[in-house]
Amino acid sequence: MTTIHIPEVALVVLIGASGSGKSTFARQHFSAFEILSSDYYRGVVSDDENSQSVSGDAFDVLHLIAAKRLKNMRLTVIDATNVQKESRTQLMRIAREYYVMPVAIVIDLPDSVCIERNRQRPDRQFGAHVIHRQRRDLKASLHTLEREGFRHIHVLRSEEEIAKAMLVRDRLWNNKRDEKGPFDIIGDVHGCYDELVALLLRLGYTVDPDGHDVTPPENRRAVFLGDLVDRGPKTPQVLKLVMGMVAAGSAFCIPGNHDVKLMKALRGRNVNITHGLEQSLVQLEVETPEFREQVAAFIDGLISHYVFDDGNLVVAHAGMKESMAGRAAGAVREFALFGDTTGETDEFGLPVRYNWAQDYRGTATVVYGHTPIPEPEWLNRTINIDTGCVFGGALTALRYPERELVNVPALQMYAEPKRQFLPEAQQAPRLNAQQQLDDMLDITDVMTLDGIGKRLIDTRLQRGIQIRAENAAAALEVMSRFAVNPKWLVYLPPTMSPVATSTLPDLLEHPSQAFEYYRTEGVPRVICEEKHMGSRAVVVLCKDETAAQARFGITDEGIGVIYTRTGRRFFADPALEVVFLARLRDAATTAKLWDDLNTDWLVLDCELMPWSAKAQELLQTQYAAVGTVASHALTHAADLLRATQTRLPEAAAVLERYQMRSAKVTDYIAAYRRYCWEVMSLDDLRLAPFHVLASEGSVHVDKPHTWHMEQANKLRTGGDPLLQATQCQIVDVTDDSSIQEGTTWWLNMTEKGGEGMVVKPLDFIVRGKRGILQPALKVRGREYLRIIYGPEYDIPDQMAQLRSRGLGAKRALAYREFALGIEALERFVRREPLRRVHECVFGVLALESEPVDPRL
Amino acid sequence: MLLTLSTTYTPATDLGYLLHKNPAKVQTFDLGFGQAHVFYPRADEHGCIATLLLDIDAVGLVRRENSMGLEQYVNDRPYASSSFLSVAIAQVYGSALSGKCKDRPELAATAIPLEATVVGLPAQGGEKLLRDLFEPLGYAIEVERYSLDEAFPTWGESRYYTLTLRHTIRLSELLVHLYVLIPVLDNDKHYFVAEDEVEKLLRRGEGWLANHPAKLLITQRYLKNQRSLMQSALSRLVAEDTPDADDAVAKKDQEESVVEEKIDLHSQRLGAVIAALKASGARRVVDLGCGEGKLLTRMLREPQFGDILGMDVSHRSLQIAAERLRLEQLSTPKREQIQLIQGSLMYLDPRLQGYDAAAIVEVIEHLDPPRLSAFERAIFGYACPTHVVLTTPNREYNVKWESLPAGQFRHKDHRFEWTRAEFQAWAESICARFGYNVRYLPVGTEDALVGAPSQMAIFTCTGDAA
Repeated sequence: MTTIHIPEVALVVLIGASGSGKSTFARQHFSAFEILSSDYYRGVVSDDENSQSVSGDAFDVLHLIAAKRLKNMRLTVIDATNVQKESRTQLMRIAREYYVMPVAIVIDLPDSVCIERNRQRPDRQFGAHVIHRQRRDLKASLHTLEREGFRHIHVLRSEEEIAKAMLVRDRLWNNKRDEKGPFDIIGDVHGCYDELVALLLRLGYTVDPDGHDVTPPENRRAVFLGDLVDRGPKTPQVLKLVMGMVAAGSAFCIPGNHDVKLMKALRGRNVNITHGLEQSLVQLEVETPEFREQVAAFIDGLISHYVFDDGNLVVAHAGMKESMAGRAAGAVREFALFGDTTGETDEFGLPVRYNWAQDYRGTATVVYGHTPIPEPEWLNRTINIDTGCVFGGALTALRYPERELVNVPALQMYAEPKRQFLPEAQQAPRLNAQQQLDDMLDITDVMTLDGIGKRLIDTRLQRGIQIRAENAAAALEVMSRFAVNPKWLVYLPPTMSPVATSTLPDLLEHPSQAFEYYRTEGVPRVICEEKHMGSRAVVVLCKDETAAQARFGITDEGIGVIYTRTGRRFFADPALEVVFLARLRDAATTAKLWDDLNTDWLVLDCELMPWSAKAQELLQTQYAAVGTVASHALTHAADLLRATQTRLPEAAAVLERYQMRSAKVTDYIAAYRRYCWEVMSLDDLRLAPFHVLASEGSVHVDKPHTWHMEQANKLRTGGDPLLQATQCQIVDVTDDSSIQEGTTWWLNMTEKGGEGMVVKPLDFIVRGKRGILQPALKVRGREYLRIIYGPEYDIPDQMAQLRSRGLGAKRALAYREFALGIEALERFVRREPLRRVHECVFGVLALESEPVDPRL
Repeated sequence: MLLTLSTTYTPATDLGYLLHKNPAKVQTFDLGFGQAHVFYPRADEHGCIATLLLDIDAVGLVRRENSMGLEQYVNDRPYASSSFLSVAIAQVYGSALSGKCKDRPELAATAIPLEATVVGLPAQGGEKLLRDLFEPLGYAIEVERYSLDEAFPTWGESRYYTLTLRHTIRLSELLVHLYVLIPVLDNDKHYFVAEDEVEKLLRRGEGWLANHPAKLLITQRYLKNQRSLMQSALSRLVAEDTPDADDAVAKKDQEESVVEEKIDLHSQRLGAVIAALKASGARRVVDLGCGEGKLLTRMLREPQFGDILGMDVSHRSLQIAAERLRLEQLSTPKREQIQLIQGSLMYLDPRLQGYDAAAIVEVIEHLDPPRLSAFERAIFGYACPTHVVLTTPNREYNVKWESLPAGQFRHKDHRFEWTRAEFQAWAESICARFGYNVRYLPVGTEDALVGAPSQMAIFTCTGDAA
């Protein structure tokens, strides 16, 4: 019985003459999706599986699909004759492009068998000469397959052998997805044994005096990033320790370029004895030949890189591109050992390295070493932890998943670095590497360039939020023309749905429906917050400019920003904003918010009054204009009707109608006037914060709304009149008297002309049966709705038409925008790259351009 | 929504015959968009006032429009005297409009003293336009303008008027004038523009329109295309900031051109840009911020530019550009020569790499100064065209424009305007940081003291970035 081993991800090329039984073999050993049959694609493009004239088109499609499958790490089997080298060239190219192992399975049966099988198939009537030619090509191919790059070649020569063949899929060596840690990942040791022991002790490992027996703290394991050897004083001791740990299963190790070169030297290959290899060889000279052979075998057996923790963690000596991670090919190993080299060398004779991490867009965390740097820094979810211990720096470990860095300083400088890796020692740049990179965002991070595709954003609260191309296009314009510096823009507020339409005859909205919604979703208590009629404002506030620079990577743009729900700066006058922010900063200082929250920055969700401050133009061109023309026209009409009525009593009905209309317009004008006042100076503005969204280390969505109200009230301890309180009331939605109180509160407020209230569950995020609940519902007052639905909306015939309003789309948007807004903040707090934060904020803006009834 | 007609002709009640509406009744007519009431506050021997009052169904209006801007809901249409009034005149006073009168045919053909009052009349162009439209037709006119809100005097005046016209004229003529000129004054949203509108205008304008001094304006506005029903997503987004984003885009070109029109600066500027691009020897060119495609049109005429890319951040502008360039009608090779894409100067964009030259014409002044560095890095640091031809207004020249108040920019959306020294200092810093060298050209006729109206910098990549 023949056992055929193939890697779990491979490009399997079946090779055999027509009629040799490739398709039957494929069906026996592979699943339907895995098999790409040339005959099938002939059929796909021409309706005829045997049409030779469409071979070109059929293979184009087949190759495209093969490429997509390999990109997605799917085993793919090519069921075609593949007897000519030319037909395999394109396949090899695809395998190389996606770093997938090519495997050849040759089915070499006598011509007679093939001819006979073809004869039995009515659709296959080509002459014997075709089979002869294919066999001839096949025989020739057998000699060249290895040269072409096939890593595994299996030849089956008889029907019996074919029938008995067993196929075994081997896991890729680098696939350690089921190893979830926790890990302690240790950077380039380079023979620094004493520092390594010190580091292990700091990490809580116990190490016996001769370094043979290392015990990790419970469940933890070490991961060595390679370059154990060379330059340092105690390479053999380091090797013994690491080899012992790996053998004991308490450590993983991947090879570094120095280790591989040492192995080659030990195996007698011709390598340059430079860059510290000489020290290693000298130190190993005193060891036994057996030990040297063990070292060579150990290094030889190391796997280029590992993928851990369900694919969330990748470790490699010099880094790993997203397109290569978890794959097996020569190029992948080269990259793991040497990184992205440009082939050039610099003035020190060292290779010029291309910083692949700048372009990294993968979701996995990549931890690597290889290039000594002064301080480990996160860049696009990658981190280099080689802090140059052997050059007098430090030996660093990254604890995963904690992401804590632990290091021990070098006891001395064991080698002189060629290129100063601590450049102009104390000249740290103003911005860190991620912040500098974040200065520019890439358009492909926010939209697809073909103008038709959609983007999907995964958030903690909701997976796969879709951003359609046309919405992204609208967002791109607003973001580019009007938005503030994207580094400030860490949040955009979500839209909010109104309550379901009231069942009362004369009201469109009433608190009952809000209480009912939360009650039926299992929420016992809600908070009702006064809804201010101003404009939504997000305030990003730092303690000082140093904090703005350190945390937001923004220099010379003050201590913060105030922006609208579309990300636009609130104040056209920069001087006004500076004073405004300074007063808020002082309020936060007086309130001791900086200390209480242990932060030097805050993101506040607020309402800024008056409405006229932002919406002046809208008010004048729309609201006041409608008011003035309506009141003139209706008054005039009523006058004329009154005069007519004295002549003709039958005019009374029309007169009554116009008097009523006229009264409604008067109410309408009164309604919008309440939200307008002249702003002569800052003191005429009012800011009502209602969420303290985030501060250093936390997004405060884990706290109840009562906490947020308390913080907002604290801000007013200094008594700055700029800050306005938000009245609120807690309602037990299972208690009639409490519901009555809440309703009365709303009625009193709205009768005085208030906009209404917002009802929220006490907790910021509540999950119901079908995902998260609406985070808030607005209940707007009768007079306020006049400026939304039109002056005369509550005339019975109009009201009847307005009652049928669909809330589904609005609510779906509210969920999605809420999830995106919180995700943006959480990513920011986790110090993810700006593009990851921006993607979410951009998503909110894009969703805001969805066509939804704007009156809701 | 309200039109009164009165006469002092004796017997005044004959007005009822002319209008075909009985003064002794309050009558109501159903119209497609609501109802019209006709009644007479006065009807006696010496005076007769006929009122046409519209009752427009506001909610139904929005439903029919099927559009999504908030402005559709709080809307002046139910109250203003707009094209709806014209429709009502045609439907309710149809026979009077065409000069027919069964009972008093000779009176219908006679000029009689008439007074018409239109209430809530929006006039884009104000009192001057009201006079320009009606005075050449022989009317004595009286106007009352409404303030926006007397509680907020600083908000100023609205665009609505009560207009009173007096003339001794045939009733049908008066009605025809109102029928045509009310929508012209409103110039906003026509709800009844149909295919036969041209014919209708010719018929209604017979005998007076051809000799009217404002005939061009009347024709243009009357036949104004119906607003696209598809409200762009953008207009919903910025509803709070700009009431109508589409109009804002359209006004942008207008506003600037009003200031600059005297010297046809725009055309000179495009000419100079084309000259600079041609001189650079560029074959692959990109117009960054191509707007509605004026420069692209000229680029397309130059065989030297074998590969043209137009980019703008506004989807709406690109649509207009595509129409202007007649992209759909171009021959295949021409069509392949040019491409339009939506993109932004604020983001790195791989599609912009590899061009011989980029034109950036009157664009940077629309960027917020703090965002300028993103633009610099995206274009000079990343896209790296070999040549960059960039123009921006010369602020010093603004004093030469009488219509421009001192200290004000040429356009509302300009975030800054630079003096020549400021511009050159910026350009030098670009060169130092990104490895370009630069020369400058004035655009438009130079003034000895303040320079040319617009300024141009031509950057050429030296290949050694700092």
